[in-house]
Amino acid sequence: MNEMSNPKLDAKKRYSAGVLKYAQMGYWEPDYTPKDTDVIALFRITPQDGVDAIEAAAAVAGESSTATWTVVWTDRLTACDKYRAKAYRVDPVPNSQGEYFAYIAYDLDLFEPGSIANLTASIIGNVFGFKPLKALRLEDMRLPVAYVKTFQGPATGIVVERERLNVYGRPLLGATVKPKLGLSGRNYGRVVYEALKGGLDFTKDDENINSQPFMHWRDRFLYCMEAVNRASAATGEVKGTYLNVTAGTMEQMYERANFAKDLGSVIVMIDLVIGYTAIQSMAKWARDNDMILHLHRAGHSTYTRQRSHGVSFRVIAKWMRLAGVDHLHAGTVVGKLEGDPATTKGYYDIFREERNPMALENGIFFDQDWAALNKMMPVASGGIHAGQMHQLLTYLGEDVVLQFGGGTIGHPHGIQAGATANRVALEAMVFARNAGRDIWNEGEDILRDAAKTCTPLKQALDVWKDVSFNYASTDAPDFAPTPEVSM
Amino acid sequence: MKLRQGQFSFLPDLTDDDIRVQAQYAIDNGWAVSVEYTDDPHPRNTYWEMWGHPMFDNPDAAAVVFEVNECRKEHGGKYIRVIAFDASPGWESIRMSFIVNRPATEPGFRLIRQEAEGRSVRYTIESYAVREPEGARYA
Repeated sequence: MNEMSNPKLDAKKRYSAGVLKYAQMGYWEPDYTPKDTDVIALFRITPQDGVDAIEAAAAVAGESSTATWTVVWTDRLTACDKYRAKAYRVDPVPNSQGEYFAYIAYDLDLFEPGSIANLTASIIGNVFGFKPLKALRLEDMRLPVAYVKTFQGPATGIVVERERLNVYGRPLLGATVKPKLGLSGRNYGRVVYEALKGGLDFTKDDENINSQPFMHWRDRFLYCMEAVNRASAATGEVKGTYLNVTAGTMEQMYERANFAKDLGSVIVMIDLVIGYTAIQSMAKWARDNDMILHLHRAGHSTYTRQRSHGVSFRVIAKWMRLAGVDHLHAGTVVGKLEGDPATTKGYYDIFREERNPMALENGIFFDQDWAALNKMMPVASGGIHAGQMHQLLTYLGEDVVLQFGGGTIGHPHGIQAGATANRVALEAMVFARNAGRDIWNEGEDILRDAAKTCTPLKQALDVWKDVSFNYASTDAPDFAPTPEVSM
Repeated sequence: MKLRQGQFSFLPDLTDDDIRVQAQYAIDNGWAVSVEYTDDPHPRNTYWEMWGHPMFDNPDAAAVVFEVNECRKEHGGKYIRVIAFDASPGWESIRMSFIVNRPATEPGFRLIRQEAEGRSVRYTIESYAVREPEGARYA
């Protein structure tokens, strides 16, 4: 498809008043080689019937950079060739009629340093409502090192989080307090205490626990910190609870975060719905105040889930690593929420690796160097239980928070028993893996053996032995193992 | 109470062979294994006493078990842990940490509450053991 001619017009014709094709305006440059400092975006475009794929790609490049719908003479007052985004490659999506992968390069000077808001205002600004397209999805981005270095990155990072918590060599364990709405502060703290004392490292507010009539935020923070400190004294471990500081204004969020700090919490939490700038502000606050920052990705499925339209979660993950959160939910593979194994691996690599080589099978279209930005801790949450421990450790590895909400609080013999079952299952599985056992195939035996000296684990395995969520995924990578779609 | 620090504190106490197998896993990953002991198990007591340097060029976990047992001879009434250091770029910190020896009785921690302004409480955790001077604890 790259051989389509690029009819260069001379400047006088190019800038005479009227309407030109975007490709003719200079937004399609099949011979362009992206510079190391360019931001590159990969879009999945679905043109309207009768719209040429290359013209559609050029239009996306135009509408996400300098273009308007008609020719403007004021272009000629600028170095407009530099500021125009350049679509340089269009490939049909394997096995998807009418869809194309369009590669578009943007000069670094189009973007303000250190601002996700500015980046997204261009890349996903007006262009997603553009009429000549049926659908548009931002699949992946290559962020040049020069740009990455303008961001703070995760406030704490995986390594320092482990050092602060004094927890090494195993995944961290958490649970979201349930029921998510309606508990009083005093009752809420009870769940926190039982879960932490039983063996979890963290408990967590849910995304919509802020400050409601049944429990105002100060009450929650005070009772939760009593529970955290009691559990810490009972076990000799550092414990934490993600105090959700999400609120209506930045001033309220800072007030809540500072109160959490004054009470000695090691971690605070925000929701994705507060917006990119608020997230960056809280990341800076967290770095300045020695606080781990947990981000709940509330709302993301409204734009990440559909394969043909929206923004892939791998792009959100990249933006959040730049923005500077420490924890972010990233899927469980085996739980109740969306996530095919190959795609989820791609997300986890974006969170945790120093650099990501291109891996089309995992949805990673570009080499990405993270330039020593801290690593983010992925959080696996939603419909997981102790009986899946071998699968979780195999799929997700060691640097992850495994969150068993129902799988802790729903234990037939109580919350402490539920927490202990999870912790014993986890330690037994890590021990067996390190000892060279094939945990994927022997996982159930390993758990059954561990349960011989741990009644709560035996009870958990009995209750949840048949629970699984085997549904087809709505979002998996589209790739063909041929050079055609690789860069 | 039972001190729950370390990656295997919810499992039955490790045997010498368990210690060897886990230490060998660290060695096979290229990590340097070290033995440390303390009589102050506070969760934020970062710097336990070092029983020698990390064993940087040791290929055989039997040597780790040997050092653990030498340490036990002198400090058997205290906490002893095995830790593994990873010097790889991007990590350069600890990869594993597990307790291999405990005092016969673990008195646990006292939670001290200082009532502060409003309803705030300032919390302090103190091991009952540290009421005795260093060296005279867990006697």
